[in-house]
Amino acid sequence: MNNVLQIVWLIPFLPLIGFLINGLGRKNLSKSLSGIIGSGVILGSFILSIWVFLQVKNGNTHLAHYYDFINTGSLKIGFDFQIDQLSSLFLLIITGVGFLIHVYSTSYMHEEESKDFAKYFSYLNLFVFSMLLLVMGGNYIIMFIGWEGVGLCSYLLIGFWFKNNNYNDAAKKAFIMNRIGDLGFLLAVFWLLNKLGTADYHTVFKNAAQLGLFDVTGITLLLFVGATGKSAQIPLYTWLPDAMAGPTPVSALIHAATMVTAGIYMIARSNILFTMAPVTQTVVAVVGLATAILAATIALRQNDIKKVLAYSTVSQLGYMFLGLGVGAYTGAVFHVMTHAFFKALLFLGAGSVIHAMGGEQDMRNMGGLKKYMSITHITFLLGCLAIAGMPPFSGFFSKDEILAEAFKQNPLYWGIGVAGALMTAFYMFRLYAMTFLGKFRGTHEQEHHLHESPAAITFPLIALAILAVVGGWIGVPEVFMHGGHRLEAFLEPIFANSNELAKENNSHEPLTHLKEIMLMAISVVGALAALLFAWNKFSKYEKTDKEETGVGKILANKWYVDELYDAVIVKPFQSIAAFFNNIIERKGIDGMVNGVGKAVNYGSRQIRLLQSGQVGTYVLLMVVGILVLFIIQLFL
Amino acid sequence: MPVNYYIFLSVALFCIGVVGVLTRRNAIIIFMCVELMLNAANLLLVAFSKMHNLALGLNFPKLASEAQVFVFFIMVVAAAEVSVGLAIIVMIYRNTHSVDVNFLNRLKN
Repeated sequence: MNNVLQIVWLIPFLPLIGFLINGLGRKNLSKSLSGIIGSGVILGSFILSIWVFLQVKNGNTHLAHYYDFINTGSLKIGFDFQIDQLSSLFLLIITGVGFLIHVYSTSYMHEEESKDFAKYFSYLNLFVFSMLLLVMGGNYIIMFIGWEGVGLCSYLLIGFWFKNNNYNDAAKKAFIMNRIGDLGFLLAVFWLLNKLGTADYHTVFKNAAQLGLFDVTGITLLLFVGATGKSAQIPLYTWLPDAMAGPTPVSALIHAATMVTAGIYMIARSNILFTMAPVTQTVVAVVGLATAILAATIALRQNDIKKVLAYSTVSQLGYMFLGLGVGAYTGAVFHVMTHAFFKALLFLGAGSVIHAMGGEQDMRNMGGLKKYMSITHITFLLGCLAIAGMPPFSGFFSKDEILAEAFKQNPLYWGIGVAGALMTAFYMFRLYAMTFLGKFRGTHEQEHHLHESPAAITFPLIALAILAVVGGWIGVPEVFMHGGHRLEAFLEPIFANSNELAKENNSHEPLTHLKEIMLMAISVVGALAALLFAWNKFSKYEKTDKEETGVGKILANKWYVDELYDAVIVKPFQSIAAFFNNIIERKGIDGMVNGVGKAVNYGSRQIRLLQSGQVGTYVLLMVVGILVLFIIQLFL
Repeated sequence: MPVNYYIFLSVALFCIGVVGVLTRRNAIIIFMCVELMLNAANLLLVAFSKMHNLALGLNFPKLASEAQVFVFFIMVVAAAEVSVGLAIIVMIYRNTHSVDVNFLNRLKN
């Protein structure tokens, strides 16, 4: 067992080394060298992760304690790594998808100067390091370090092209929104420390029964606030679409495949706490569902290829939260995994398209790319089918598992969820048709320039496409194959307590197989219809100058949520800040400081008049002074 | 003779000196008034010395005449002061043809 402990620290350590080498040597390293270092360390982590995963699969779970991170009084926080089924699965996703995206980046970012190129890779490595820390941490404090680290890296990478001020604003927005969530997370951890005196997972979960209903509801709600920030749920989701300002591989890695799933991981990790708080579960489910449907409606009318994908990410994250809310923890984690595959694939495909179009992101100027970029086209189509939930692609299994669980809880959840799924199929195929079908609508220059991307870009696409197709097969529902849900069996130890507790609390009828197949059929047929409708409608898309009207305009403007936040939060804050700046700061504090200066100045000018140069006056004053002292001495 | 008489006399001399310094403008007279104040202090020193000796039943001049030695110090200092001061006054007179202290505000501004 000990060789696991000896090696497991290398998994986050390797990316950290990569970060240091690339970060410190960015002026001296050639592009190919920093690319090899950046990708190589992740590959190393990936290989180690596979090894750890196999160990865990054989039943070797560990809690590795390295040293005491905080040790004061009764509070003891160890630098611990938790190696179990959940974290090893996430390790595979992060390092596996991360490695492919690193490889992709070596080609995608090739036009950067070598200094920036190395900087980019050092940020990416730092991000992977933070994410691994988040996932591997054995207590909430270590998780929080990683949690903050990914927020920082997200900021750095969104603002990677910092010469564009809009991008800087997007980066700041992401950072601030994340900070709001982080506050919730931090408060929850403090609450836990206060009540249980520890933040270690195993102790917290063992002693969770000691918490009162009020405490556990408060803690889980605050944790959920943290999750809404990181995982882009209502009301903090608006940063994610803006985060598309970063380079496309970053969007794929951070804003689709890994960082945004941190909230899901955290809730899945704390599943027992959430199961104990039914109120929070309802909140999680409702917020997730609302986010899923809101983001899906917005995605219907976006024209920026990356924006559509961003909103689809928000929407899919909503499904994951729905899964968590209805107690389908396995389903949520499953969806995290399949989503990581197909969303990374879609983003990388979009990056390939943008690359070929010379930086053009507006779908209205694309079209007909099918015949120029065959590999991108095929892989992208597979990704779209997966996200639309077509069997037997991976999205079908994970999404339908969540929807089936939601149906058990409340058929209304299922209904809304299916509506969202139909919209997903529609907007994804709108995206696909506008980009790859029909005829090219860009300029002649762009058309001349169109080409398939190099191998470093197509290789990750192919690898991810394969995963997006077969990734779902580890979770085949019981209906189709007995014992087919191997993921559920694998994750069973993590969620065992929750499942037991949930069984005690509610006595939902298990779905009959017939009913489950019917539900699946409804959503698949509906999605297929939406898909074909979009395919038909948008493959003949023509550019028009017609302004959007009515509902379409509202959707194109994202329900005016940004404007609403601007009016309700940003503007009042700015006016408060202006008040403090102009009144409190300028008049109050500056006034006080300047007032002291002015008073001294004025006073000394007055006192200076005493120095008349008349010897007699001086002597008189001296005598008066002595007399005063005498009087004080004698009479007082 | 009670020590009070000496005290009153010396206070009177000192006050005359103070008033003289304050009111007169002639530098020489101010100088003399300063001397007057010094001597008022001398007088007190001597008077208290004698008083202490009597109170302790000691015979003059054998013991405890430190206060009277002080008087000599003061006289020496006064003499030194006079020599410097008069020299200054003479120089002022040579420059301004006056010994009026109210003219001595040239360093102002």
